[in-house]
Amino acid sequence: MVKRILAISTAFVLSTCLAQAQEVKVGIVLPYTGIGAEFGQQVDRGMETYLKLNADKVKPYKITLVKRDAKNPGGADAKIATQELLTQDKVDVLGGWVYSPNAIASAPIVAAGKKLAVIMNAGTAHITKMAPNFVRTSFSMWHAAFALGEASAKQLNAKTAAVGYTDFPPGKDSLNAFKRGFEAHGGKVIDEIPMGGAAAVPDMTPFFQRVKDKKPDVLFVFVPAGDHAVAVVRTYAALGMRQAGIKLIGPGDITQDIKLQSMGDAAVGLITMHHYNADLENAENKRFVGAWKTAYGPDTTPDFTAVGGYDGMAAIVHAAHATKGTMDPDKALASLLGWKFNSPRGPISIDPETRDIVMNEYLVEVVKGKDGRLHQKLLGKIDAVKDACKALKVGPCA
Amino acid sequence: MSVFPTATDHPAARALAGRHRLRLWEPLPWLLALAFYVAFPTYLGFGTDLLVTILFAISLDLVLGYAGIVTLGHAAFFGAGAYTVGMLAFHGIWAEPITSLIAAAAVAALVGLLSGLVLLRTTGLTLLMLTLCTMALLEEAANLAHDWTGGFDGLPSIAIPPLFGLFEFNPLYPNTQYLYALGVLFICFVFVRVLVYSPFGQSLTGIRENTLRMHAVGAPVRMRLIVCYTISAAIAGIAGGLWAQANAYVNLSTLGLDRAATVLIILVLGGYGRLYGAFVGAVAYMVLSHLLAKIYPTAWQLGLGLLLVIIALFARGGILGVGETLLRWFGRRRPSP
Repeated sequence: MVKRILAISTAFVLSTCLAQAQEVKVGIVLPYTGIGAEFGQQVDRGMETYLKLNADKVKPYKITLVKRDAKNPGGADAKIATQELLTQDKVDVLGGWVYSPNAIASAPIVAAGKKLAVIMNAGTAHITKMAPNFVRTSFSMWHAAFALGEASAKQLNAKTAAVGYTDFPPGKDSLNAFKRGFEAHGGKVIDEIPMGGAAAVPDMTPFFQRVKDKKPDVLFVFVPAGDHAVAVVRTYAALGMRQAGIKLIGPGDITQDIKLQSMGDAAVGLITMHHYNADLENAENKRFVGAWKTAYGPDTTPDFTAVGGYDGMAAIVHAAHATKGTMDPDKALASLLGWKFNSPRGPISIDPETRDIVMNEYLVEVVKGKDGRLHQKLLGKIDAVKDACKALKVGPCA
Repeated sequence: MSVFPTATDHPAARALAGRHRLRLWEPLPWLLALAFYVAFPTYLGFGTDLLVTILFAISLDLVLGYAGIVTLGHAAFFGAGAYTVGMLAFHGIWAEPITSLIAAAAVAALVGLLSGLVLLRTTGLTLLMLTLCTMALLEEAANLAHDWTGGFDGLPSIAIPPLFGLFEFNPLYPNTQYLYALGVLFICFVFVRVLVYSPFGQSLTGIRENTLRMHAVGAPVRMRLIVCYTISAAIAGIAGGLWAQANAYVNLSTLGLDRAATVLIILVLGGYGRLYGAFVGAVAYMVLSHLLAKIYPTAWQLGLGLLLVIIALFARGGILGVGETLLRWFGRRRPSP
């Protein structure tokens, strides 16, 4: 009898231990409310879609997401959420961060907490340098803009360019990245025009008229997705700049999939460079977009922020396997250095030196499909693009 | 007892004369704050943020609740203090916590004085808009002066040396930050409490209640308002400086409308012109939003919104106002001795 009780209790203790070892607690910091809620939802759905689509690959581990609202780009709320995830919920790994200021504010806590932390959106180039345990599965502002600078010179055969940008950090980053990429390949930026702040949409006409008078080969524009981008394409069409031979180009932020249809026919002909769009032709993306539309409705679509969440979750699951579910911080980080993954955006890997993502950049043109909807047609791609800001050691990236 | 009844014998006069005396329950908030430190060691990051918000709300109470200056731009001084501490430390000029706070207070007071000299010539809606404009101008200036302020991304990872050279500011377990903020809050609160019960404070209340009469009795109304505005700005600057030190970080959110509006809501929620309204409002608003956001990360604002609607509809004096009404109600019911 005593033996039996002992055996049963031993088995019970063992099984609970095993069960505990198999659970991986992931602390998620995303803006679930406020102006960033749309991004937060995209990243969140990206993560959930990965877990649903790849339930077999997740086994035998159980991924538990502890979600916290980052509320605003102010930094303090995201920082408190990060701190409590580490000290109260005792999570094994952290993930999320849509706004760069929030990731920057959380960096000292992430570094002190030592747990693996996966940035799933925040795009300011130098963030990954702020904590040794940051890994980024989204992008840096330099990825698309630098690549587009190169492609403008090589593929679009542009000699001169004008740049119009919204006057906030992603805009300035894009300007610098495009300029470096374009001028390194023989082009020349002949005008740089700050076009107001991110909070309000300005009248684009004076800026674009100035560009039209200078007659560059391409006009590179960085503005926030949504109303800014709509104003850009409308003004571009209204001033007849296409007929004047000036191509409108920009990073894929301006043709974000969830905003694309609302831009209307004026967007047709827009050329962008980005690491993801929902029309990408590959098996992984078909599977991803299909599962997404089944789960969230046929009118919804994932965009580049969603794929950051999808790949971030894939990275966390990989680390769980590599550490046998313990999520030992050093081993988990080491397992992701040089990690390769077949993502909906094509093959990606993590640069072992910078802990930043290496991915393909796609040059696409907005076209009108037979279904009457706008699509993004592939013009060309650049393989395995690294974050040029760190490669070139620009400013704080050095 | 003198033969002629003097004014001080009247119950109302006695109540007025004894207003400033310490009440029995007044140590309670401080004991609760210390109990919080012991009971919830993993909530201290939130607790520090709460203490800073209380201090900020107290500074607003001084101008709004006591002097009746309607402002929507109080974050201008919070931000001025935060950026003073942040820029001094980030650029390696000066980082010692307490003297940095004094510098923050001085800079915020200067901003308050200069803007007050111009703004306080106006009242009502004009004043409201002008305070908002001042804050927006400062925010844009901080955005443009990227090399100094870090622009939109802010100043990251400010190194704050240990308090008194002894107590480290640990980012993960902010015990030092909490007690430090509590100490600063206490000192500032004692100062404000003395101030509002002083003749100066009484004259502020007079200006709020009847500006014309204060002019008529010969009080230097505009000067009093400017002095009050400057003192309030200095305290808001201290709150901002504390925020920067506790977070080891400054960004544009310290100067944003979001912060200015939130602190106004907190004060109205708690009850303005009551000194303790800042405590009650901040605790109610922040604890509720923190816990709700933890449980329902996507829908917590619904609960908070309901509370605000109820307060706005049924309790004009805020939570403390409701308490006072209830006390009076029970007082009436009590049989007289």
